[in-house]
Amino acid sequence: MNVKKRLLDGARMTRAIRRMAIEILEKNRGTQDLMIVGIRSRGVPIAERIAKEIEEMEAHPVPFGIIDITLYRDDLTTIAPQPVVKPTKLPEPIDDKIVVLVDDVLYTGRTVRAALDALIDFGRPKSVMLAVLIDRGHRELPIHADVIGKTVPTDANEVIKVKMAETDGEDEVLIMEK
Amino acid sequence: MRAETSSLKSKDLLGIEPLSPDEITLILDTAEGFKEVSERPVKKVPALRGQLVINLFMEASTRTRVSFEIAEKRLSADTLNFAAAGSAVEKGETLIDTAQNLMAMAPDMIVIRHKYPGAPKMLAERLPASIINAGDGAHEHPTQALLDAFTIRERLGRLAGVNVSIVGDIAHSRVVRSNIHLLTKMGAKVTLAAPPSLMPVEVERMGVRVVSSLDAAIDGADVIMMLRIQLERQGKLSFPSLREYYNTFGLTPDRLRRAKEGVIVMHPGPINRGVEIASDVADGPWSVILNQVTNGVAVRMAVLYLLGGAHSTE
Repeated sequence: MNVKKRLLDGARMTRAIRRMAIEILEKNRGTQDLMIVGIRSRGVPIAERIAKEIEEMEAHPVPFGIIDITLYRDDLTTIAPQPVVKPTKLPEPIDDKIVVLVDDVLYTGRTVRAALDALIDFGRPKSVMLAVLIDRGHRELPIHADVIGKTVPTDANEVIKVKMAETDGEDEVLIMEK
Repeated sequence: MRAETSSLKSKDLLGIEPLSPDEITLILDTAEGFKEVSERPVKKVPALRGQLVINLFMEASTRTRVSFEIAEKRLSADTLNFAAAGSAVEKGETLIDTAQNLMAMAPDMIVIRHKYPGAPKMLAERLPASIINAGDGAHEHPTQALLDAFTIRERLGRLAGVNVSIVGDIAHSRVVRSNIHLLTKMGAKVTLAAPPSLMPVEVERMGVRVVSSLDAAIDGADVIMMLRIQLERQGKLSFPSLREYYNTFGLTPDRLRRAKEGVIVMHPGPINRGVEIASDVADGPWSVILNQVTNGVAVRMAVLYLLGGAHSTE
């Protein structure tokens, strides 16, 4: 796969994540009942950074969790081999919380659908929001993001590659061509 | 969505012997994800929705059958239990005929326990369904060894270099065969102890150390795994009396005094209190016997999940 374009470098990614944190606070008027939940795997470091930004701005920690959606995928019976299952870790019951689901790229919407189903098995949140670093379009389900780092029109044959310092050694977002 | 990293090579789980260390690690890692599912308010995930699993138990079992059934239900599979008693097996139907008839109902997986070694393999070669061996005679009991390994890893953080002593009815135990395969593949050091009449000849060729006394097995062990005396598999007792067995090979708090600090005591169950293990040990702080049972569900969920998806067509 060839790199077609560099969408975000480290500094721009940091600013995008900071703005996402501010938008989350604005929409909820503070940290009351807020819980930030990253979708494995690239959603996790983004969610962690959003939670850290919020804590620094509000001088108040927000609970942070991780959700694994593998078992809720709608293609489990058709793909091989089986994708790797990892634990979901939520810091406290989600009942009556405002849960902010965080992922790296919003594309077909199927991951988010799976994440919503997974989340509901843990309780009844007051509301659920979706925050994504990149919205690349091409939805296959009626799902939209509430907070977006960057909207990028893409072709279906392109791949968005999000790299995070925590997992890939550096921060950047690339647009690749198959 | 995330890229897949690894998978099991076979459509079946017939034993530990054919598995690679990578495959064993994959099952144990996957089981960690499933352990969390059993701690949720809603202990059910849709992973095997619409798949049919038949539990074919041709030999008595409580723990294993119940554990598989819970695992299947938590994965949303449809389950059907089939026991030898009260079935056409009593009317003289052969295993192959029983299986072919069950196959006509199109199950995705069959979990089988049978008194004859090799019965699961015979089904695996003839049927398109995934076959999971839940114990075949004195051959293998792979999910038991996997849950034992999961419990050791959970407690001690690793398998490589861990000293595991297995004590008791080695000769009649499928659990010990599966455990020896698994532990030696993963780099653990295995020591066996039993009365000579319960120790198979040339067992050292499996890469284990053999000692003749319980004390020698306890010395330096990180894990002591006690085995049940399988009275039902012995024509007559292979030792003078159960009392004498307890006095020489029964694990008591007194015996455990010479053990390493932090030693854990395991038992695949069902336990014979006062035969191979004292009640004070089985219920004591060393014991992880009930953790093994809990972990069994997570490990079986992992196996069902890994075998249950689409199979790569090579």
